[in-house]
Amino acid sequence: MNVVDPALRATKTTCPYCGVGCGVLATPDGRGGAAIAGDPEHPANFGRLCSKGSALGETLDLGGRLLHPMLRGEGGLAQAAWGDALDHVADGFRKVIAAHGPDAVAFYLSGQILTEDYYAANKLMKGFIGSANVDTNSRLCMSSSVAGHRRAFGSDTVPGCYTDLDEADLLVLVGSNAAWCHPVLYQRMLANKQTRGARIVVIDPRRTDTVGEDDLFLGLKPGSDTALFSGLLAHLADSDALDRDYIDRHTSGFDDALARAKSMAGSVAATALATGLSEADVATFFHLFRKTPRVVTLYSQGVNQSAQGTDKVNAIINCHLATGRIGKVGASPFSLTGQPNAMGGREVGGLANQLAAHMNFTPAEIDRVRRFWKAPDIATHEGLKAVQMFEAIARGEIKALWVIGTNPAVSLPDANAARAALKKLDLFVVSENVFSNDTVNSGAHVLLPALAWGEKSGTVTNSERRVSRQRSFLAAPGEARPDWWMIGEVARRLGFGASFAYNTAADIFREHAALSAFENNGTRDFDLGGLAKVSDEGFDALAPVMWPLRAADSRSDSRFFADGAFYTNDRKARFIAPEVPALRSETSGARPLRLNTGRVRDQWHTMTRTGMSPRLGQHLPEPFVEIHPDDAAQAGVIDGGHALVATDYGKCILKVVVSDRQQRGMLFAPIHWSDETASSARVGALVAPFTDPFSGQPENKATPVSIVPHVYRQRGFVLSRRPLALPAQTWWARTAVTGGLGYLLADNAAVATWKEWLQPVLGDDVAEFEDTARGVFRAASFVGDRIETCLFISPAADGVDWDAVKALFAAEAVSDEQRRMLLSGKSADGHASVGPIVCACFGVGRTTICDVIAAGAGTAAEIGAQLKAGTNCGSCIPELKRLIAAAEAVAPAESKQMAAAN
Amino acid sequence: MSEPLVIIGNGMAAARLVDELARCALGRYAIAVIGDEPRLAYNRVLLSSVLAGEATSQEIELKPAAWWRDRGVTLKYGSRATAIDMAAREVTMANGKVISFSKLVLATGSNALRLPVPGGDLDGVHTFRDSRDVDMLIELAARKKRVVVVGGGLLGLEAAYGLAKAGSSVTLIHLMDRLMERQLDAHAGALLKTLVERKGVTVLLNANTARIHGETQVESVELADGRRLDADAVIFAAGIRPNISLAREAGIPVNRGIVVNDQMVTGTDGIFALGECAEHRGTCYGLVEPAYEQAKVLARHLAGHEAAYGGSVLATNLKVSGVSVFSAGDFIGAEGTEALVLNDIRRGTYKKLVIANGKLTGAVLVGDTQDALWYLELIRAGADIADMRGDIMFGRSVATRAEAA
Repeated sequence: MNVVDPALRATKTTCPYCGVGCGVLATPDGRGGAAIAGDPEHPANFGRLCSKGSALGETLDLGGRLLHPMLRGEGGLAQAAWGDALDHVADGFRKVIAAHGPDAVAFYLSGQILTEDYYAANKLMKGFIGSANVDTNSRLCMSSSVAGHRRAFGSDTVPGCYTDLDEADLLVLVGSNAAWCHPVLYQRMLANKQTRGARIVVIDPRRTDTVGEDDLFLGLKPGSDTALFSGLLAHLADSDALDRDYIDRHTSGFDDALARAKSMAGSVAATALATGLSEADVATFFHLFRKTPRVVTLYSQGVNQSAQGTDKVNAIINCHLATGRIGKVGASPFSLTGQPNAMGGREVGGLANQLAAHMNFTPAEIDRVRRFWKAPDIATHEGLKAVQMFEAIARGEIKALWVIGTNPAVSLPDANAARAALKKLDLFVVSENVFSNDTVNSGAHVLLPALAWGEKSGTVTNSERRVSRQRSFLAAPGEARPDWWMIGEVARRLGFGASFAYNTAADIFREHAALSAFENNGTRDFDLGGLAKVSDEGFDALAPVMWPLRAADSRSDSRFFADGAFYTNDRKARFIAPEVPALRSETSGARPLRLNTGRVRDQWHTMTRTGMSPRLGQHLPEPFVEIHPDDAAQAGVIDGGHALVATDYGKCILKVVVSDRQQRGMLFAPIHWSDETASSARVGALVAPFTDPFSGQPENKATPVSIVPHVYRQRGFVLSRRPLALPAQTWWARTAVTGGLGYLLADNAAVATWKEWLQPVLGDDVAEFEDTARGVFRAASFVGDRIETCLFISPAADGVDWDAVKALFAAEAVSDEQRRMLLSGKSADGHASVGPIVCACFGVGRTTICDVIAAGAGTAAEIGAQLKAGTNCGSCIPELKRLIAAAEAVAPAESKQMAAAN
Repeated sequence: MSEPLVIIGNGMAAARLVDELARCALGRYAIAVIGDEPRLAYNRVLLSSVLAGEATSQEIELKPAAWWRDRGVTLKYGSRATAIDMAAREVTMANGKVISFSKLVLATGSNALRLPVPGGDLDGVHTFRDSRDVDMLIELAARKKRVVVVGGGLLGLEAAYGLAKAGSSVTLIHLMDRLMERQLDAHAGALLKTLVERKGVTVLLNANTARIHGETQVESVELADGRRLDADAVIFAAGIRPNISLAREAGIPVNRGIVVNDQMVTGTDGIFALGECAEHRGTCYGLVEPAYEQAKVLARHLAGHEAAYGGSVLATNLKVSGVSVFSAGDFIGAEGTEALVLNDIRRGTYKKLVIANGKLTGAVLVGDTQDALWYLELIRAGADIADMRGDIMFGRSVATRAEAA
């Protein structure tokens, strides 16, 4: 029995991407890589993985990694020792706080750091620096859901759990492209539909892959979700489908909420008018919801990313409270969180409008947290939420910022303004995995190398309140450190060492769990008391577990609110009367359409990790804008062409995708591209910075926009072993390819301009093809038998098909025949080569001749009889004779072997 | 009784004519072939292979003696025809013998040009035309001497390659600014120069031979610009001239070559001409393929069938010093035409296709001639290639596959 090399044993961890939080088995290969598989025992995915998760193995290369601390001097960023870098950070913060007070500094965190990192940062800012200026990119993702939960339940609690998706009879997806953004959960919903016949309703202005053939699709007007669910509430009341008992015993404010709902959308007709839907569809939806007790209403960024996001969340919750369908098996409102640890951040309270561990800025709670932390300077009021934080930076009110694990220069709305603001900071610190992205390149003074996925160890929480361990299976590269270590070191330099003396993530987790149970006694939903004393071994072996976990043995897949027990003062849920739906911005003659933004299936956020995978790069390699055929015709843009997309805040040039899945009057553009990966596709820069008054979440999905054609007569691509700077005016998008990088490009440059640009890039072994009249130019340079760089340029009409060339670029070496066919852009296989020409008169190649010799032709004449070779000018007859001789030299030996063999 | 037919010249054209006559008019003529070289007809294109040691002199013999006998041919090789008496319809030979003819075919080929420079007649100055020249050059090469080859056309390159391969230190000098200027464009010529130099031959362009120095034996070659090249031997391969002396003396109309019509009939009744000595519609062809097409037409005509030779699209398709070379049609690319160019120095490949209003009108290929015949077909057919324009450079299979898709 061979003993498996311990190093090669699979490590149980979770995926670094979406909020489903799939369990992953990573088996390191001992060379810095790992084999990736779904963890069959993890209750989020039971072994399944989506396209992104299963390609994680392709993202472990250390190319582009930040491996050492760096400090900016005159000559730009230079490597520095950890001690110097941390001193610089601590001194910077101390100076600003001393001169301008604690509110002049801020932390900007991420839903992708671990709970332990979050806890340390939140504790330092709110307990010791004395400000609540710590916010997170979850502000852009889930904060409306947090605010909606707290307004309705008195706490940020997700009532249901994943098994509800298997048990429900009706699944309503609002503002969610789960097929692409929460794929494994979507597969569970499909399985439920196929095996139990559950119905799916999809509510989204844009028809996405989430809409199945037999699903009810409600393509409503943007921003009208509140009207639809208010209409539903009114319908439930009118059709006597309320759970009177539940409303009376466990809720308050129902009458006001119903009155508002009736005034807004008191009938099917009124709802249809408000939402732009047909009355029939509205009626079908209301009927389905009314007669299906087991209904789960899932919602994501389509609901949250709105200036009325919180109201939309509450309009949905109202309908579940009114029917008592909450916290019951297969019946709940369900917020699908975007990031893998947004929930971890919410549990820690790493948001500007929360204090810590689901406690807020009430005197009693402030006092409780102060006592727990022995905080010398506890924050006493809410801090600045993300958008307002960056506006404060722009005004110079915030002078020191520490960004951890996120790319705000790309993802914030009005991103150009945010990027410009960063340049005003006295001290701009970034903890990152990579040394170059838009945020780092916005003038960071200090770069701190952070451990990446697979290197760091700690906990994350997924959308169903399940805490899982993220474990390391790769050695820490260079001088990378955990984020919580850096925070502890800065805290120590600021004099708070005693309160941040953590040696391991387990130390922090235990304190985090203890705080959650501190003076809780069931008064707060979030309670991990049962793990407050977990041993180091217990922590390492921790299996995925849902909170609350008040005592060590009380492990259960719990739900909340089935029979009330809300966390408001009177333990009753609140019905919320939402404002009349109205988008914050107006379209106009100049900006006639609305821009919706979102994700594509195979990319994650700003592609720092997914951008490393050639496999994922093939899905949708270019930044695009999706438009309805009628709008396209009116704007004069064509499918496959390019367009200038502009709002009052910024402009991008994007590839045009004409699709009738898009609603009239609306555009859609993905958020993944930045200056790191494309020439002009910072879609975040287009988005208006209007925010929800309660959650501070920006309205990312309805910015007034204009679109005009931007014609490129020339298309092409570059493949290179190393990053290249393309000509200034060229439109380009970069993607990973096996063996290097690929740039898809568009331009109107003369071939001569491309030749000039290419000159310093190419080596001396170059092959070129040119059709000057048509503007076709293709070139490739080689090192030995391996392609080093290639450039293909052709008229736009020819389109771009680079698969055959990419295949040869991926090869370690190309054969002579492959090199011959390379510049055709077509695959050489599938067409047998005749080999070098022997008989010029009849174009007969050596391979063909050798075949007939092998088939028995023994003389030049016999060859001539079959192939005509040598029967005209005869100058190849000597070579024919040599080939026959060579074949005979081999043949006898073969026949001997044959004789020996049998 | 078969009609007496005399053929003057025992080269490749004559051999092919006898072959074609045997197919379509066996027995109709009593054929006599008179050749001045003292051996049976051989393959002149292979002389360079013999020189390069890739074939022996015997191997390049076109047909054995029995082959000629089987076709009723009386061979008189090693005897030079000196005069044609048109009235008596008789051919007189150097040894005084006389042969009468009913029909006479002139296949006298062409002579190598000897440049009229001082010292041109010194010992060690040779031409490179027939197998006797080759025997001499092989012996010269064996002595690993310094050789200057004059002429950067096909013959010059063949001689230089053969001699270099056999060990001589060879310098090839050419009057023009590029090699094979009548078959290749500047770029192709430049690549050919690189590839020839890779085989050990020194190439000097724009080199005009002014004078050959030496007492009795060649010692050096002086160029017009004053440069002096030491040399033990000089090979003239600067071109050929149709061999028309016999015809002219016999009063048969001649120009640069012996003028023939589409049936290869000369200006004098019953007298025919083909191959390098013939001039058809103003063109004297120096290549094998046109001579073979003319032999086929003449044989059918002599057999009483309808036949006409329309001339050949000038196409060069052969190996030059080990390098495949092809050119056809307007390979330079006249005013107003468009060109597709593929260039891969390391693979030794240069391909240029010339297009005029959607048709392929010319092509020049060096190193990779795999698709040469397909291009020739397209040029001759004047086919419309507009929609396969993107793929035509990469061969028939890619282009037709794309067209089909």
